[in-house]
Amino acid sequence: MTQYFNDIFKSVWTVLIGMRITFRHLFTPAVTIQYPDVKLKLPERARNRLYVNMDDCIGCFQCDMACPVDCFNIETIKALPTDDLGVTSTGQKKKLWVTKFDIDIAKCCYCGLCVYPCPTECIKMTDVYEFSEFNRNNLIYNYISMTPKEVEDVKVKAAEYEKEQTAKKAAAAAAAAAAKAAQPPTAAATPGTPAAAPGVVPPATAANVAPKPPAAPAPPQTPPQTPPTPEKS
Amino acid sequence: MEHLIRYIIDNDILVYAVMALIPLFLWVLPYALFAVWMERKVSAHMQDRLGPMRVGGWHGWAQTLADILKLIQKEDIVPTAADKKLHMLAPFVVFIGSYAAFATIPFSSAYIGSNLNLGLFYIIAVSSLVVVGILMAGWSSNNKWSLFGAMRSAAQIVSYEIPTVLALLAVVMIAGTLNLQDINTMQGGWFWNWFIFKKFPFIFIAFGIYFVASLAETNRTPFDIPEAESELVAGYHTEYSGMKFALFFLAEYANMFAVSAIGSTVFLGGWNSPFGNFLGGPIWGVFWFLSKGMFFVFVQMWLRWTLPRMRVDQLMYISWKVLTPWAFVCVLAVGAWMMM
Repeated sequence: MTQYFNDIFKSVWTVLIGMRITFRHLFTPAVTIQYPDVKLKLPERARNRLYVNMDDCIGCFQCDMACPVDCFNIETIKALPTDDLGVTSTGQKKKLWVTKFDIDIAKCCYCGLCVYPCPTECIKMTDVYEFSEFNRNNLIYNYISMTPKEVEDVKVKAAEYEKEQTAKKAAAAAAAAAAKAAQPPTAAATPGTPAAAPGVVPPATAANVAPKPPAAPAPPQTPPQTPPTPEKS
Repeated sequence: MEHLIRYIIDNDILVYAVMALIPLFLWVLPYALFAVWMERKVSAHMQDRLGPMRVGGWHGWAQTLADILKLIQKEDIVPTAADKKLHMLAPFVVFIGSYAAFATIPFSSAYIGSNLNLGLFYIIAVSSLVVVGILMAGWSSNNKWSLFGAMRSAAQIVSYEIPTVLALLAVVMIAGTLNLQDINTMQGGWFWNWFIFKKFPFIFIAFGIYFVASLAETNRTPFDIPEAESELVAGYHTEYSGMKFALFFLAEYANMFAVSAIGSTVFLGGWNSPFGNFLGGPIWGVFWFLSKGMFFVFVQMWLRWTLPRMRVDQLMYISWKVLTPWAFVCVLAVGAWMMM
């Protein structure tokens, strides 16, 4: 029986204690931070949106390889020997045109693994974190500093250069093949004098063979009027 | 008030319609909007949060307006397996049950919906309609959670009506009338004339019993097992959406005020000023009545954010082994005191 009264007293009393506590909390200042109006200071080493300083990028693909989620999409074109791309701020000579440097920031997991391998320290994580978009494609960030026209020019140039090189190579190969073709008979006839035969025979044969190479690495070489590069890109 | 309306409108039916709708449009609807906002603010600040802050500018005052606008636009979903007619009818029955109680609550010395001789009895009787509506909602939804909620609600309300009625009976024995306007008039003058301080401490205990039992009758925490979110999804209104859900909500808040208003009318002088004739009169009477009512609405919210939910057995223990015997003790003691 005393237990019964005790319980009643206790329940009423503890309810009053509880009410006192909640009433006090009614007047304690709220801990809420009203985000867009009030922003917390980020930690010093916070990792947020990536930034690439393209002036320093040498197109080494180290960040691409380090990325665990493959959010990079980089394309480079070798610079011509005549091009001068300048040097990075760390004094490294740039040897590649970076014609594409896209980061799909929607895939990025902010691990920061791309930051450490960069030899010129041009990729870093900034403290920008408010970059939501309505269209996911807007989250593919394009970092290159070249205009599309410049990229096109560089590509055409590179293709032309490559064509020249392959033509040269083909010519050299053809010359070598012609020399080889010319060699066996002479070698069979006069194995003692191989050097004399190429010197005499090739000039005539090389001129005949060059337009239709027997083992040409570049097939569209017969119509050389239009450059094939635009279709390729 | 009735004379004034009769002076403006010369038609009996229209006069009664207007009389009936005054508390709804002038008080219950604005109050429900305000109380939902207040509940969110009270709960937020008790948990050291801020609650709604953005809609409407100052402390999110227009949040409930926006919510109501959203609820109006929502699709009214009726489950395929539901008993369509009952499902449709239930929210209206619940709201009618809780709004009908306002008919005999005196808002001021000049306004009472219907000055019934059996006012208090009428309120107790008509508010039982809510149980019917809740059972209808739970049964017709054809959903186990709804049915659980409805059954629990029925069991709870039936159990707690007894201590409620007995606590009120103690006052009725002193007043000698069931007319709420007369009960109010008897408590005029200073606050020590209020019934809560008469026959001390029995009416005081009766008031405590009434308040606890009324919490259970309105399904408020700590007695909110019929709509226990963590167990029953939402209880009897699980399958309701849009405006019908809003009607349940409105009914709950209307009920909260109704029980607070009855408590303040019967025990705390209703529209009487606590300080004699200071700020007396019918217009200030409305103010005193509403502020007393709102205070108890606030206490209900305060308790909600203080106490955890009861178990069903604890709920029944409190009703049958604590509140009901003590209410009987109060009735007997007051009766004996009256005979002396």
